[in-house]
Amino acid sequence: MTSADPTSDTPPPEESAGEATDPPASPAGPVSPPPAAEGPTAPPADPAESPAHLLELDNIKKHFGSVIALDGVSFDLRPGECHCLLGDNGAGKSTFIKTMSGVHQPTEGQIRFAGEPVVFHNPHDAIQRGIATVYQDLGMIPLMSVSRNFFMGNEPRKRWLGIPVFDHATANRITMEEMNRMGIQLRSADQAVGTLSGGERQTVAIARAVYFGAKILILDEPTSALGVRQTSNVLATIDKVRKQGIGVVFISHNIRHAIAVGDRFTVLNRGRTLGTARRGEITEGELQDMMAGGKELAVLDSSLGGTI
Amino acid sequence: MTDERVKELGFAQKLLMRPEMGAFCGVILVLIFFLLIAADNGMFNPDGIQNWSVVSAQFAIIAVGACLLMIAGEFDLSVGSMIGFSGMVLAIASLHFGLPVWVGILLAFVLSMALGAFNGFLVIKTGLPSFIVTLAFLYILRGLTIFMSVTTTNKTILSGMKPLAEEDWLAPFFGGEAFQGFFQWMGNMGWIETYTRGIFEGQPVVSGVPALIFWAVGLVIFAQFLLTRTPFGNWIFAAGGDAHAAAYAGIPVKRVKILMFMFTAFCACVFAMCQVTEFGSAGADRGLLKEFEAIICVVIGGALLTGGYGSVIGAGLGAIMFGVVQQGLFFSGAESSLFRVFLGGLLLIAVITNTYIRRRVIGAGD
Repeated sequence: MTSADPTSDTPPPEESAGEATDPPASPAGPVSPPPAAEGPTAPPADPAESPAHLLELDNIKKHFGSVIALDGVSFDLRPGECHCLLGDNGAGKSTFIKTMSGVHQPTEGQIRFAGEPVVFHNPHDAIQRGIATVYQDLGMIPLMSVSRNFFMGNEPRKRWLGIPVFDHATANRITMEEMNRMGIQLRSADQAVGTLSGGERQTVAIARAVYFGAKILILDEPTSALGVRQTSNVLATIDKVRKQGIGVVFISHNIRHAIAVGDRFTVLNRGRTLGTARRGEITEGELQDMMAGGKELAVLDSSLGGTI
Repeated sequence: MTDERVKELGFAQKLLMRPEMGAFCGVILVLIFFLLIAADNGMFNPDGIQNWSVVSAQFAIIAVGACLLMIAGEFDLSVGSMIGFSGMVLAIASLHFGLPVWVGILLAFVLSMALGAFNGFLVIKTGLPSFIVTLAFLYILRGLTIFMSVTTTNKTILSGMKPLAEEDWLAPFFGGEAFQGFFQWMGNMGWIETYTRGIFEGQPVVSGVPALIFWAVGLVIFAQFLLTRTPFGNWIFAAGGDAHAAAYAGIPVKRVKILMFMFTAFCACVFAMCQVTEFGSAGADRGLLKEFEAIICVVIGGALLTGGYGSVIGAGLGAIMFGVVQQGLFFSGAESSLFRVFLGGLLLIAVITNTYIRRRVIGAGD
């Protein structure tokens, strides 16, 4: 698996422009922080300012026949950051993340992974680079046990009389460890996934992607079907994952969920980027207005620090 | 590592949640029932036991294939026609064309597994329910079998395989018996009854363990091992549980399903080979309704019709239950039409129980 090379790339141009006029109100920490610290109580250093990009998408356009689904969307992601992709239904969020994960190929525009231009011909190419997508339906099979789900398609093997067999002991042990690390106590790894709550299932899917080496985690509306407590569990999971240095793309149309965990926010509307704002630079109400259709665009332009 | 808030499940509760539990209790119940009412009629004498265990073994052989296929999320309704077809292939090859029996057996396996693969290929390619595709094959194969036997031999039942099979090296693996010396010795010692008259005088009433029983036990062990202990088994569960999720996780769902169709055809062919070499005849109408009997065994064994959940051991126990009841009613002299009433009732109870168990498994009932 290719790893992000932190020394490879020059800082992207749009960032230096944005930070020069940074308003002082940002609560997110110092301007040039060390790489994200893992201290349990320390506030996360602002990963939005770490120089190396994991993934950059430049001016992505996607046409389906005569339909223009994406009309020049730009987006970038750094290690250890949670970048929220917001937008109302039909804004192009799904098409955009499918481009990011290799399901769709862009009609125009460039994708760079760790600074190198890449072309994802299919989802497998993206997975090979460490881009894992957790879709809304999660890819979990309710009737199968947590550990069978966790290792589905990647079963640990051991030799028994020369035959490769499923190493259940290892699978169960790793599943319990990984779930504990995410703060979920399982009765046993044999428990069917169907017995877990929606939030717990989401966490299993995230833990699985992380365990199998994801560097970028794309979460498609992970909180949309969850209750308040389960949502906060999933948001806590996202925070844990981020602190491991994984870049998280969090798709949502719920601004409060995004604000709770996001480092940066990009709003899509009708296939275009309305802008990217950093935590603390924008209020919930402003994001809400942007998602609603960009009516307040002129007002927001100043508060976004010219990053539109 | 453990959390005191999470309720520990009792041993009994864990046992109850196993898919094969219902079939296990069922087998115990019917054995007790027939011990009480049919033991006097010789059901549990050595020859009586052989009688119902051979019938059970026949059910088990086809149930194993149907079980893995059902867990992989598909049905095969052409099992019965496949039995008639592959038996006829063997009989025509050796009786009409004079080929060695082992060549006929290999030919039957190759053709039936190719047809199984084609069945699977059609289901995968068209995306139609396997129920419909294999229902079509139920008719196509049956018709072809009758056509094939009538045009080549002018008959629909071919007999006279017995002497050919006895001389062959491969046929005894299907139609032969094992431990004959041991049974003769037990007969000589007076532990089991011997014939007192006729050409078999002095020979024990049970002359050995039929190959069918070894096939049944072997296939159950093989399939249970494959399903629960190998990575491929996980793929079978996943393919039936949710084909999209499985494919997304990188599992070759199409290959898994086609292989399971081929395995089902293989099991049907084993059934036919045993039948033809043991009884010495093949009929174009053999195997009628076997597909449903196989599915009933699998469902009694705790598998869900919707796929993704089940047990091969359960299917084997279902087959034992099926065989014991069918032959037990015969031994106890009950009206044989009652068997079907019983079977229908059993199927209903099994499906209702399975639905309840599934709720327990995914915790929706708690």
